[in-house]
This record gives sequence, C-alpha cells and structure tokens, in this order.
Amino acid sequence: MGITVKAEQCTGCGRCVDICPGDLLALLPQEGKAYLRSARDCWGCMSCVKSCPEGALERRLPFSLAGYGASLRPKVHETHIVWTLRYPSGEVEEFAVKTREHPGRA
Amino acid sequence: MLPPRVVETDVLIIGGGTAGCLAAVEAKEVRPDLRVTIMEKANVERSGCLAAGMNAINAYLNPGETPESFVRYVRADAMGLVREDLVLSLAKELNRVVKKVETWGLPIPKDDKGSYLARGRWNIRIYGESLKPILARAVYKAGVAVLNRVAATGLLRRGGRVVGAIGLGVRDGRLYLVKAKATIVATGGAAGIYKPNNDGSAHHVMWYCPFNTGAGYAMGIRAGAEMTTFEMRFVALRTKDVIAPTGTLALGFGARQINARGEPFLQTRFASWGGERAPTCLRVHAPTLEAREGRGPCYLDTRGLSAAKVKELKAAYLDMYPNLVLYWAANGIDPAVEPVEIEGTEPYLVGGHCQAGYWVEEDRRTTLEGLYAAGDVAGGAPYKFVSGCWAEGAIAARAAAAYAARVDLSEPEPEEVAAETARVYAPARRYEEGGDGVTPAEMEERLQKIMDRYAGGISTFYALHGESLQVALRELSRLRAQLPYLVARDRHELVKAHEVIDRLDVAEVLVHHLLYRRETRWPGFQTRFDYPERDDAHWLKFVNSRRDPETGRIEMYERPYRQLVPGDRYRG
Ligand SMILES: Cc1cc2nc3c(=O)[nH]c(=O)nc-3n(C[C@H](O)[C@H](O)[C@H](O)COP(=O)(O)OP(=O)(O)OC[C@H]3O[C@@H](n4cnc5c(N)ncnc54)[C@H](O)[C@@H]3O)c2cc1C
Ligand code: SF4
Ligand code: SF4
Repeated sequence: MGITVKAEQCTGCGRCVDICPGDLLALLPQEGKAYLRSARDCWGCMSCVKSCPEGALERRLPFSLAGYGASLRPKVHETHIVWTLRYPSGEVEEFAVKTREHPGRA
Repeated sequence: MLPPRVVETDVLIIGGGTAGCLAAVEAKEVRPDLRVTIMEKANVERSGCLAAGMNAINAYLNPGETPESFVRYVRADAMGLVREDLVLSLAKELNRVVKKVETWGLPIPKDDKGSYLARGRWNIRIYGESLKPILARAVYKAGVAVLNRVAATGLLRRGGRVVGAIGLGVRDGRLYLVKAKATIVATGGAAGIYKPNNDGSAHHVMWYCPFNTGAGYAMGIRAGAEMTTFEMRFVALRTKDVIAPTGTLALGFGARQINARGEPFLQTRFASWGGERAPTCLRVHAPTLEAREGRGPCYLDTRGLSAAKVKELKAAYLDMYPNLVLYWAANGIDPAVEPVEIEGTEPYLVGGHCQAGYWVEEDRRTTLEGLYAAGDVAGGAPYKFVSGCWAEGAIAARAAAAYAARVDLSEPEPEEVAAETARVYAPARRYEEGGDGVTPAEMEERLQKIMDRYAGGISTFYALHGESLQVALRELSRLRAQLPYLVARDRHELVKAHEVIDRLDVAEVLVHHLLYRRETRWPGFQTRFDYPERDDAHWLKFVNSRRDPETGRIEMYERPYRQLVPGDRYRG
C-alpha cells in the first residue's frame, strides 16, 4: 500500500522524489506526476507526505496490518506541525506539535 | 560506461545521519580550513533513523548523574561487558552535544527550574519531528559539501591506509571516487539480515531504518577491518504489527508488561533482575519466554490512561512513529481500553543499542589507518541512541580532522579501483548481456530465510545452537555461490543488489561470532541452547573478527575486557 498519490493535486514539483530516504518515489515520464515505484519497500516514515506542498500524498498502511478508512494528514508550518487524524467513523482528531525554535527550512 | 566523477576532500564522512551530521559540523568547527564532504545514500534532509523524527533523547546525564554513573548503568544493562573507555568518553560529551543541537533550533521542554524534562533516568523529552532537517541545516550552514544520493560501496586504499571511498550515484548511475585524507564511516546499523516481522507488502514496516543495510560494516569487513561483538544482536521490544518503539509507553507513561493471563511476569519471574527495570535484553527475553511457553501474546498495559494522557501519547508518537497512531485509528484500538500488544523484532545489528561494529580506540579510529567510525556502525559502546551517536560523531571528527591536517591526499591503488568498478556494475552488466538471473529481492528473501531458521530468528524464538549455526554457514556459502547470477534491471535494482551483497557479508561474520561465544551472555539477544549459562570465568572478554581481504577467510580473535569504573558489574 504505502503511499497513494492524488494525481489531480500533484504538480510534479519533485520534492517528494528528492526527499524519500528509500528513494521510492519517481515522476512518470509522460504525465510528470509522482508515483510510488515500489510500494512494498515503503517504511512509512511520511517524509514524502510532509514534503508535499500540495497535500497530494497520503499514507496507507498495508491491509495485512490495518483496516480501511482511516487517514492521517500532516500540515507543516514554520515552527509547528498540525496532524489531522480521521477515524473510519468520520470522527476527526487534531494535534498541533512544536517542531522548531527558529523558523526557516533547511 | 561514463568515467567516474572524482572528488577531493580533506575529511570524508560516509553517511550523513545522526552521527555523520554532528561529525561534519564538528570537523568544520575545529578546523575551518579543512574541506569536509558527506557522501549520503539518501538526502541528508530526511535520511536514516531520524527520518520520521524523535520524541526523546535517551542518553543524557540528568541532574545528579555523572559519566561514571552512566558507565555503571550501561555496563549492568549490557550484562557486565562493555568497552568502558568508549562509554566513558562519550558520556562526557552527551550534555554538550544536546545543548548544541538545542541552539540549532531543536525544541526541548523545560521545568520551572530550567532543567530539561526527564522521562526516565537517562532520558529527556524533545519535540523532535524536525530533528533531521535541523541537523541538515546546520551541516549546510557550516559549509560542508554534501553528495546526496550517492551510495558508498567500498573503501579506497593505498598500502594499508584508507584514502577515501567509492560510491554509486543513485541518480546518474555514475561512480563517485572520493579521495580523502581521513574518512569517517557513519552509515548506521543493519536491518533486513533476518526475516522481518511483516511479510510481502508490509516487509519494510519495521522499527529500524530498512534503508540502513549494513553497508558500513560490509565495506570494513571487505577491507579487513577488525569487528567486535556482532553476536550481541539487537532484538527490540516493539508494538505488534507496526513495530513502534515501546519506550514511550513504558518510560513515558508507566505501562507494565503483562501476559495473556494478565500476569505482570517481569515483576514475578524477573524480580531479582529489577522487574520492569531489568536489563534491556531480559525485557525482550521475558515476553519471548511467555510466548514460547504458551502464555502469549504479551502486552504493555495502558488501560486506564485518561483521555488527556492518550492524546499526549499519540502526540508523542506523531513526533517519531506516526504509523502507530494511524494503526490505532484504522483498527479501532483505544489504548486506554485495550492494552498494547508487543512482540520482539527480527534481530538487527545496531552498535548504538548493542555492541556490534568496528573495533575502535577511544578517539574512534578503527584498525585501518585513516578510517574512523561513529554511531550505530561503531562497536563496543551500547546505549548510545541519538545523543551518544552525536557524541561519537564529534569525537571521531576531532581525531579525523587532526589526522587529515598532517597527511597528504593519496592516490588509491588503480587495480583496486578497477576491481571495485567491475564489482559494482556486475549485476547490471549481467542483465545487459543476457537478462536472466536472480533478482536482489529473491536473494534477500533467501538470505533472510536462512538467517531466520538457522541463526536464531523470530521463528525459533531467537534460540541458537552450534549445529544449526553450522547449517547457516553452509547455506550462506551456497548463497554466496549464487552471487554471480545477480541481475539489476535499473539503477534502483543495482543499489538493491549491493544492499543484499552487503547483508550477506555481514551475515557471515555474524554467524561466526554467534558460534564463537560459547555462553549465553545476553538472553533474548544471544540465547544459546547448548551453552545456556553466563560464564564470566571464560567469557568476560570481547569476541572480534577480521576477514582476510586476500583469502576471504574469517579469523576470530579475543580481546580483554577492562574494568575502569569500580563497582558491581551487574548493578547500575
Ligand atoms: C524509529 C526509531 C526511533 C528511535 N527513537 C529514538 C529516540 O526517541 N531517542 C533516541 O535517543 N534514539 C532513538 N532511536 C535510535 C537512534 O535513532 C539511532 O541509534 C541513531 O539515530 C543512529 O545514528 P547513526 O548516525 O548511526 O545512523 P543514522 O542516523 O541512521 O544514519 C546513517 C546514515 O547513513 C546513510 N547510509 C546508509 N548506507 C549508506 C551508504 N551505503 N552510503 C552512504 N550513506 C549511507 C543513511 O542514509 C543515513 O543517513 C530510534 C531509532 C529508530 C529507528
Ligand atoms: S513514507 Fe517514507 S519510505 Fe514511504 S515513500 Fe514516503 S518518504 Fe519514502
Ligand atoms: S511533492 Fe507533491 S506535488 Fe510535488 S511531485 Fe510529489 S506529490 Fe507531486
């Protein structure tokens, strides 16, 4: 399962391709959209999801581990991150966590 | 084939992770005139163990503790056998490096007296989701040159000295020949040597970084470096399915282990070892025994946590292991109602938790001149975790920088460069020439199965004995004979091919170590059925190995243990 790409949201900027520690994402040569080259090799670190400026990526746990219908979305801000956890029931929980003392990306 | 790209530097750091980033900055700070280069397989922004973040620093001297008290604790946790010189030297640096990273922007909460919030005797809470980008930024700011997406495959030598490294450009498919005056290896430990907890589409849902495949160990093994204590494998106690760390639950939220009957078995059966505070190996050995004897599965008992605490718990995991939070939501698990099921992982080699790695001196020089080691790839000093890897990176950097300042660049031996070039491209060449053969994924599956069955994997409750280890050696040599048939259809597969070759080289040395230590020193990590007792009279010493680069033969050595900090070795 790994990561799903919402093609309509992907601009092909390549940030996720650049960031994945396992080098698992690539851009489709024709469409220029991101895709997961090797779903089985995904670690689930969510580095790609956090890096995507369009929110086009979503982490899916393999079905052998977890049921369908929940989602977890990070939104990265300068000095904190906001996570939105959606339960299969539709219930939503939010978490805001500090990430840096000083603003600015690397 | 395109010619290699040649890069010259003073200090080369292989692996820009936890230890590598700190090493790079330290080298620049002590010798601003030196050129410092990182060769990194991924992208330093999010690579290695820290990719998802961290929620705690697990090696810190909280008020009242000293480097000596740290050594006593680590020694007892490692069943009385550690390199005390190494542990002591890194302990002296722990608080300094943590402070340093705090000034780079890592948020560390404090109490009203201004002390960091302790989360256990040696731990402090951090807000570390962005820890890796924070380190990467410091590296660039310090003026370090970074070669991202170059996977190191081999060390370059001149005479006996290491004079740099060769890497495969993951993006351009070219070889990178980096000539260096001094080299620090910091590639982390090894996952994927054994069959992991999950199969198929979930095989990489594991605790340790699956992209750390033992390259640093393997390069050293092939170059004839002395290695130590591979037999002290790390079997981690983790949550079932997503294999998340449990320290957050046990230390942060006081959850106790219980078996399927609800019995707190650590407190009853391991009371003399300190119950819930027993040494790390026993905390995974105990639930393994429960499962083997029909009282599993086991849990960490989180029942009764308040709603506010559960929220805090989830926030802590989001900083380090978001998979667990998603998993609970997807499966309708509320840890306040249902205890969290736990299991042991496949055995990893991780010098930062256990002791597998390069045999180093106090300044982290290896037995190969010009080569230093730091972090999970360096041996003898367990309980390093993030901050100990930082400390070790800093120590290695000072020694490497001083060495680099007094030697010249050297040309690597041309025959060696040619041989390594041929070795690196062999699986791609085979594919181009005929297409048929064995894929890296197939090779990996077979390696993991051999190790699982015959060298104490999950399926045998980690148990070892001489006869089965001999079978493992025989099967590994059969597997080695298949290496010429490896094929790589593209650059990604070529990297994977070398990952599996590296793992095989590491696995072979590991089995020799497991065979050699004829006692059970670390139950759970190293449980010998044929030698079930700990035997200080004969085995209070280090088991080392060296693979002869000419013959490929693995020779075993013994090195003495030296007690530097007085006191009972089994009390922390
Ligand atoms: C999920 C997880 C959670 C953890 N939680 C904590 C915690 O909360 N607190 C704590 O103190 N410790 C924690 N640890 C332990 C700690 O993170 C590690 O011990 C430490 O980060 C190891 O540092 P390292 O530099 O040796 O390895 P890493 O940081 O993994 O760095 C190794 C680097 O080498 C690179 N590399 C690998 N192979 C090659 C190659 N062939 N060529 C070039 N580069 C290569 C990798 O891409 C990586 O960048 C955790 C570990 C994990 C996996
Ligand atoms: S979750 Fe991590 S390993 Fe998986 S594709 Fe994204 S960045 Fe790569
Ligand atoms: S980061 Fe997002 S927008 Fe950019 S290529 Fe990846 S998925 Fe597409």
